[in-house]
Amino acid sequence: MEILVCARRVPDTSENEIQLNSAGNDIERDDLVYSINEPDNYAVEEALQIVAKSGGNVTVATVGTDDDEEILRRELAMGANKAALLADDAFAGSDAKGIATVLKRFVEKNKFDLVLTGVQAEDGGAQIGGMLAAMLDYPFASVVNSIELAGDKLKVSREIEGGNREVSEIELPCVLSIQTGINEPRYVGMRGIRQVASVEIPAYGASDLGIHPGEVGTTAAKIKRDDYFVPALGKGAEILEGSNEEIADKLIELMKAKGGLQ
Amino acid sequence: MTARIFAYIVHKAGVVDDSAAELFAATKKMDASASPTALVVGAGAEVEAICKTVAATFPEVWKVASDTLAYPNAELIRQALVKVVPQGAIVLVPHNHFGIDLAPGLSIKLNAAYVSDVVGVAGVDGVNLKVVRQEFGGQVSTHVRCDISSGAVVTVRPGAVKANETAAIASAVLDKSAQVGVLTTKRRYLTTIAPEAGDVDITKEPVLVSIGRGIGEKDNIPIAEELAEAMGAVVSCSRPVVDAKWLPKSRQVGSSGQTVKPKIYLACGISGSFQHLAGLKGSPFIVAVNKNRKAPIFQVADVGVVTDMLEFMPELAEKVREAKKVTV
Repeated sequence: MEILVCARRVPDTSENEIQLNSAGNDIERDDLVYSINEPDNYAVEEALQIVAKSGGNVTVATVGTDDDEEILRRELAMGANKAALLADDAFAGSDAKGIATVLKRFVEKNKFDLVLTGVQAEDGGAQIGGMLAAMLDYPFASVVNSIELAGDKLKVSREIEGGNREVSEIELPCVLSIQTGINEPRYVGMRGIRQVASVEIPAYGASDLGIHPGEVGTTAAKIKRDDYFVPALGKGAEILEGSNEEIADKLIELMKAKGGLQ
Repeated sequence: MTARIFAYIVHKAGVVDDSAAELFAATKKMDASASPTALVVGAGAEVEAICKTVAATFPEVWKVASDTLAYPNAELIRQALVKVVPQGAIVLVPHNHFGIDLAPGLSIKLNAAYVSDVVGVAGVDGVNLKVVRQEFGGQVSTHVRCDISSGAVVTVRPGAVKANETAAIASAVLDKSAQVGVLTTKRRYLTTIAPEAGDVDITKEPVLVSIGRGIGEKDNIPIAEELAEAMGAVVSCSRPVVDAKWLPKSRQVGSSGQTVKPKIYLACGISGSFQHLAGLKGSPFIVAVNKNRKAPIFQVADVGVVTDMLEFMPELAEKVREAKKVTV
């Protein structure tokens, strides 16, 4: 099976305190720790496990800039066979539809049986997979937490409310958005990354993909951010101050008062 | 504003989802004079009953009934809506597991803009719908402009826009089923599998020591268990802990896990995503322990401790044991 995984490089929110820049029009991006968007990494692992059973290749692609090459290299070290950087100045400022448009053209230039995305990105909202599927007229399933090969089809389950799993049969080619926890992504060490350090990663621009600049980027975007701000949501928590010991004493009193400690 | 506004009504087992009233409130924030239309899709007697209920709130209800639509398969519903919804309309859908299955593709097929996971609506200014979204796990928010000149599909985060009391009305239900025609899909629903029962039932516990990504590694789980034991509590967790297979799914609090209603919820190393908080009901006393002062959990907690949970939990466990000795 030929599988494409669409991945993104995002600031890692578990490693960073996100601050606003002084102009308030973006987050402060200097000194941020970036990594592959977590659900995308699960999607790559899932793709690797599928080709281990069915044969075929895993290609990882991202729409971005030269800086984003590092996540492609990481996923190559993880075991992906091919990578593609979809980069062009014309893509800058694209909204989700613009990014999905670039990916659509890349899919059309190749032949994939299965396209995977992560369920959502740190700064996104579960958009690309469903848009891409509709553009390609492929069937789509979101929030997928298991995939089984079933002949020329797949049996997939979606995570729905209350821990329930909705099981469906889906024809290939299709697009699936992958939920975290579907598998245990393998570890990628520095040594693995060094081994792929010199692998040439092909880059494709607007003309390679047959994209008119007006279809993507800022001009085509219907969604634009006006500013960033830190929400003021109520009064927030009363922060207990002091040493851990002092705080523990205060906390025990509070919890006793609430009837939580007998 | 001239665009027609629709709200997609999610329902299950004959009950209208809470999101219906929230979407109605969201339409009013877009345009106070809006006359929003409810889209009710389903089959048989159930869809009739849902239409009747919804007609008490929405000034117009469009019914789309077909036996093929008995189970809410977003792939089929999308096709049906494309045939029914007029050009240039604004369609609101809840941002839940169903909405994210339906909405992105729907926006493409309607050639409309798509803005997802909206937490606030500021109104409409010319061709722009102005909304608020959150990014980076809720650490920052952003004002977003969405060009609605060719329509829009908007997913609204459940619980984010508060439903208002509305006077009961009795609106007309229009049957649009004939427009739908034959629906086919390449994705067929087979069955729903219920989660496996766990060793403990966290939904019944009055005190939960809940751990998140901050626990760091599996070997640290006993630190939380020790604290829980001292407090007479059990350990629950947020999604990353289950994803890492450190605790079973039955311990997960959140929209895709369990809904809990403890008296005290000690959230350690949990950032406080809306999916996690959606599983917390009954106004518990929330204590947040997190080293990131910006973590959204501090916005909803009653008290907060900004520290390393791995150092704090053993200290607290020790103090709890001491306090118990004194009382005995």
